[in-house]
Amino acid sequence: MLATLLGWLLKQSFNTTPWIAEQVSDTAHHGPMGDSSNTKLIALMGLLAVVTSFFALIFSAYSLRMELGDWVPMTEPQLLWVNTGMLILASLVFQWTRNGAVKGQRNRQLPGLLLTGVFTLGFVLGQYVAWQQLQNSGQFISSNPANAFFYFMTGAHALHVLGGLYVWARATIRVVLGTADDEKIRRSIELCTIYWHFLLLVWLILFGLLLST
Amino acid sequence: MSYVAFADRDHEHEHHDPDTFITKYIWSQDHKVIAIQYGLTAIFVGLIALGLSAMMRLQLGFPDDFSFINPENYYQFITMHGMIMVIYLLTALFLGGFGNYLIPLMCGSRDMVFPYMNMLSYWMYLVSVIILIASFFVEGGSTGAGWTLYPPQAIMQGTPGVDMGVLLMLLSLAVFIVAFTMGGLNYVTTVLQARCKGMTLMRMPLSVWGIFIATILGLLAFPALLVSAIMMIFDKTLMTSFFMPAVSSMGVDPGYSGGSPILFQHLFWFFGHPEVYIVALPAFGIVSDLLSTHARKNIFGYRMMVWAIIAIGGLSFIVWAHHMYVSGMNPYFGFFFATTTLIIAVPTAIKVYNWVLTLWEGNIHLRVPMLFSIGFIFTFIHGGLTGLFLGNVTIDLPLSDTYFVVAHFHMVMGVSPVLVVFGAIYHWWPKITGRMYNETLGKWHFWMTFLGTYAIYLPMHYLGFAGVPRRYFAMGNTDFLPDSAQDLNAAITVSALFVAATQILFFVNMIWSLKFGPKSDPNPWDATTLEWQTPDHPPKHGNWGHELPEVHRWAYDYSVPGYEDDFIPQNVPSDKAPAGRGHGGEH
Repeated sequence: MLATLLGWLLKQSFNTTPWIAEQVSDTAHHGPMGDSSNTKLIALMGLLAVVTSFFALIFSAYSLRMELGDWVPMTEPQLLWVNTGMLILASLVFQWTRNGAVKGQRNRQLPGLLLTGVFTLGFVLGQYVAWQQLQNSGQFISSNPANAFFYFMTGAHALHVLGGLYVWARATIRVVLGTADDEKIRRSIELCTIYWHFLLLVWLILFGLLLST
Repeated sequence: MSYVAFADRDHEHEHHDPDTFITKYIWSQDHKVIAIQYGLTAIFVGLIALGLSAMMRLQLGFPDDFSFINPENYYQFITMHGMIMVIYLLTALFLGGFGNYLIPLMCGSRDMVFPYMNMLSYWMYLVSVIILIASFFVEGGSTGAGWTLYPPQAIMQGTPGVDMGVLLMLLSLAVFIVAFTMGGLNYVTTVLQARCKGMTLMRMPLSVWGIFIATILGLLAFPALLVSAIMMIFDKTLMTSFFMPAVSSMGVDPGYSGGSPILFQHLFWFFGHPEVYIVALPAFGIVSDLLSTHARKNIFGYRMMVWAIIAIGGLSFIVWAHHMYVSGMNPYFGFFFATTTLIIAVPTAIKVYNWVLTLWEGNIHLRVPMLFSIGFIFTFIHGGLTGLFLGNVTIDLPLSDTYFVVAHFHMVMGVSPVLVVFGAIYHWWPKITGRMYNETLGKWHFWMTFLGTYAIYLPMHYLGFAGVPRRYFAMGNTDFLPDSAQDLNAAITVSALFVAATQILFFVNMIWSLKFGPKSDPNPWDATTLEWQTPDHPPKHGNWGHELPEVHRWAYDYSVPGYEDDFIPQNVPSDKAPAGRGHGGEH
């Protein structure tokens, strides 16, 4: 990602002679408030970079803390496998919905959105149940640093999923009420799909980290 | 360029949506109003922090004379002074204040791309400030853990404000980070998406470049502070042991085991070092524009300046552990960080050379903003050079706990950015308010501040060499220090109080100007950048009237040979000589 950014910056700035005044071709820029879907996409990418930084730092803290003597590896609840499946399904259905929306197939919109919501809510609930199972077996947040990290990381991830569900809910309500035009809904769905895939990726890395340690 | 429309401007006339007082000035989505809200809030908390430093200096200069300052208070003053100045004043003022004001105007946009989120960003910031101030008034007072909030002491009995104080501090930081992220995504997206036609990246003024890269740094670095704040809150409230080692507190085992305070230090400084450049890069950018404008000369090495900003931004992520040399790290680790620290001096030095070369044979106008900019070059070189010393492990170890470090970082990231803040306010004040201030008073303000800060911080270097430890409430029995160290401390305190009092000049000047200042020209400095070419003065909601500007040249066409005026605004077409306006640049 950084390499792309750097390459792009290089392209923008090398072989340019900014001190020479000249017309710039029309393709250089749209006006302000131009193509808003592109603007939102860039903002979303920025947000994903921030969230990536957030989780990457947690993961590196995890791997550093793990080295210390009092670390007792934790056995993850089996339920997490089911939850992982839920999240993968949610992502797949969202992709299916998105593909439909891009092709203009309106009949996929509502069932797709609702199904995604069900799977995603299922994931969050499943995570909550997994927490309950751990609590019942005496695995509290303060019992061991491994537990503390488990609760912290899964909690942080679930909060990000809930944040996504807020945007999802707004789009879904608009579809149900029929108050928004297709174009807006399509953009919403496209951006949400990217976010869902991203959170799935974060979860897979997180889950892999938990399983391997 | 129209010179008629602004004269009879009245505050009531806005030809855009927000028409009530509340939507215009309180729940405003206009980037200019939000910028002013950010700025005023930041300056307000900054004044609190200034007051705190005065209290600290009173204690240090005259140790036995002030019974109302006890060791607990003193540590609370240190902590809150540092935290407020670095985060709630400088970060908020440069990015929330100047970033908000300048990005859309300099890029030729009507507003930020997400005005509503921009408004939320300010209100979240205000919430974080309120939480911060509330921590002064809770039981036990604000935290006294030092602005770095190192565990274990930050959350253990014996440190002032260990209960509510530190929790509110961490909560306030978390809220601030959310506010910053909302604002920051806005600034980045606006720079990337909302520039007007012709404004290529390499035609952007360096102010925008500095703010842009600093925002990216902030977006990537603040999560480290957020992570450490959350984990520390867990350690405090839920008895986890992320950072807390097995300790005994006043004979009692609080129940922690095996955590790593060093882990906190890594996370904190992974944020903390980029934070230095989050404050410095906007200052670099702004000072470049001020120097160029008031020296009537194009900035020397524009492309080099841009790449230096980018290089500093990148390198700032791999130098963090030079704040931790005394934590007992592996010597190879220290060697690596000392090397990267010295490398970062290269792009920084390039910038300094380019500033000086910009002045070379320029037509220098020593107006108030220019004075502050040149003052910045002095203080920044001084602070930067001591940084080279401290960047080396062997020199840092003995000096780390002395006033040498205090002198270094106040010079480089206290005084220097603040001088730029003043320069920038004096520079853009006519654009923001439409009025001029009193030049003479401004010059007095500069000279007293500039010389006064030298009187404060230059002697501190000597105190550091002599071995005066920092963070101490009182010296006690320190035979190795000559008595004159105390005299020097008293002199520093007098200077500090003098400088603090001097700031009254600034406020008097500005408040006077708001009410009685003469109306200013729309472009009083004959500057080239877009914000001076707005159809209304000061710019109204939407900035550009009916038609957006179109950019044909870079921001530094000063004293171009063959033109009558000594400046050509960015929106003047390339095939047109500017209409004769007599002699530009003389005021």
